[in-house]
Amino acid sequence: MTATLLAALAKLLSGASVRWIDCQPDTCQRVYFANHTSHLDALVVWAALPHEVRMLTRPVAAKDYWEGGRLRRYLATRVFDALLIDRKDIKVHQSPVDLMIREIGETKSLIVFPEGSRGTDGIGEFKSGLYYLSKKRPDLELVPVHIDNLNRVLPRGEFLPVPLLSCISFGPPMWLESGEPKADFLLRAREAVRRLKEV
Amino acid sequence: MADGKTLALVGGVLVLLAAATGAGQFLKLYPESGLNAAVVRSFNLRLRAWWLMCSVLAAALLIGDTATVVLFGAISFWALREFITLTPTRLGDHRALFWVFVLFTPLQYVLIGRMRHSRYELYNVLIPVYAFLFILARVAVSGDYKRFLERTAKIQAGLLICVYCLSFAPALLYLDLKPGESQGANVRLLFFFILMVQVSDGLHFLWSRLVGRHVIAAAISPSKTWEGFLGGTASATLLGAALWWATPFEPWGAAGISLLISVMGFAGGMTMSAIKRDRGVKDYGTLVEGHGGVLDRIDSLCFAAPVVFHVMQLFFPLQQP
Repeated sequence: MTATLLAALAKLLSGASVRWIDCQPDTCQRVYFANHTSHLDALVVWAALPHEVRMLTRPVAAKDYWEGGRLRRYLATRVFDALLIDRKDIKVHQSPVDLMIREIGETKSLIVFPEGSRGTDGIGEFKSGLYYLSKKRPDLELVPVHIDNLNRVLPRGEFLPVPLLSCISFGPPMWLESGEPKADFLLRAREAVRRLKEV
Repeated sequence: MADGKTLALVGGVLVLLAAATGAGQFLKLYPESGLNAAVVRSFNLRLRAWWLMCSVLAAALLIGDTATVVLFGAISFWALREFITLTPTRLGDHRALFWVFVLFTPLQYVLIGRMRHSRYELYNVLIPVYAFLFILARVAVSGDYKRFLERTAKIQAGLLICVYCLSFAPALLYLDLKPGESQGANVRLLFFFILMVQVSDGLHFLWSRLVGRHVIAAAISPSKTWEGFLGGTASATLLGAALWWATPFEPWGAAGISLLISVMGFAGGMTMSAIKRDRGVKDYGTLVEGHGGVLDRIDSLCFAAPVVFHVMQLFFPLQQP
């Protein structure tokens, strides 16, 4: 109930139009990977999914931001059930990738932002988490997502949003090819996101 | 409100729309009639937008003045979203934009809705004075001086066109017309105004297509010609005069107001085309897919509304002693 309300509010506020390009909404296990532009990203991509898919999808978000303040913590843990990752304290035996694999089980999907932090211009280099995730769970469908204009709705360092219009595009699923080198795969994934901007 | 004149005006529009829809469907079903399929499609799309506009407006007018003001406020809000989304802004503009959306836009419509109760006509100056100065100062305080005048002017222009100008359309509901006129007269005036803006748009387009030879500004809009402008304006003026019985005017007054609406509507369409050309988009709808271009539909309304409101206050004996 709260989740549906929050999703509707997020859609209204971000004026997000949603496009599915060579891709259909599905409840199968997926990893949605998107460019990172704003603190609203995780929330808006999550809200852009249809209800049944949304209920099975957990955004991966930064612990330091979403645990700052009571409202944010409530939203992240109770409403959109985010998987909070500590960016400052990454342990070897408890890597974020292992945590993600453990948390999704056999049913849930994830929303990740492989750039790690928000880029200033264009899409930054992808970190290797997406590669390791895919190597350990090759059955997961990787769906590229492009987020357009949301950085103007809530830019870095601002806390009040300006209700402009944004656009969320979901692209065709991809997988890690067998024997594909890490750098090639990460470049291909980044290109898949970037390409959605031009469609 | 449902007096004979209103019924005649609204009924006439409905009959016309129904006839046009019938013709559009006929042309779609029988493509061998010789008309360009793209033209027929655009005609049908335009008609659908008209039906939508008519039904939304009718619903708002039936519920009451406040609902109409709220409806126009929502349209302004959406149009401003499109305008600012299209316009590149910098981080330093963020706080100013926040207040533009959250404070000035709703406040302008609150002032319009409370027009009858306020002693001083604040709705006339809120945006051109207070918002104008606020935007300059707020952007300056943010500390980013790059292309300062250009950036502030863009925000000011967006707010003026999408919010300030459009808000004078529902303001027509609050004019004190001649004594003896019922409240229905205001509703009819607003309906007449919107009808004339739309009809005049259509007539400009039609005349341009039929006899257009001399393009006015090819770089901005290759489909707008002097023949279209003159023919469209003249025929809209005649049509407006013929509808004088539904307005608070005498035939001459109705013709004058219609002439004004037609010229201003044309200016609005031209101006918005220039902005779109500069930003390299065909219409505001393609900017963010899935969102119909609200701004494309209201450009003529925005330009005509404040001038009609102002001229009516100047030249028509609204408040008799």
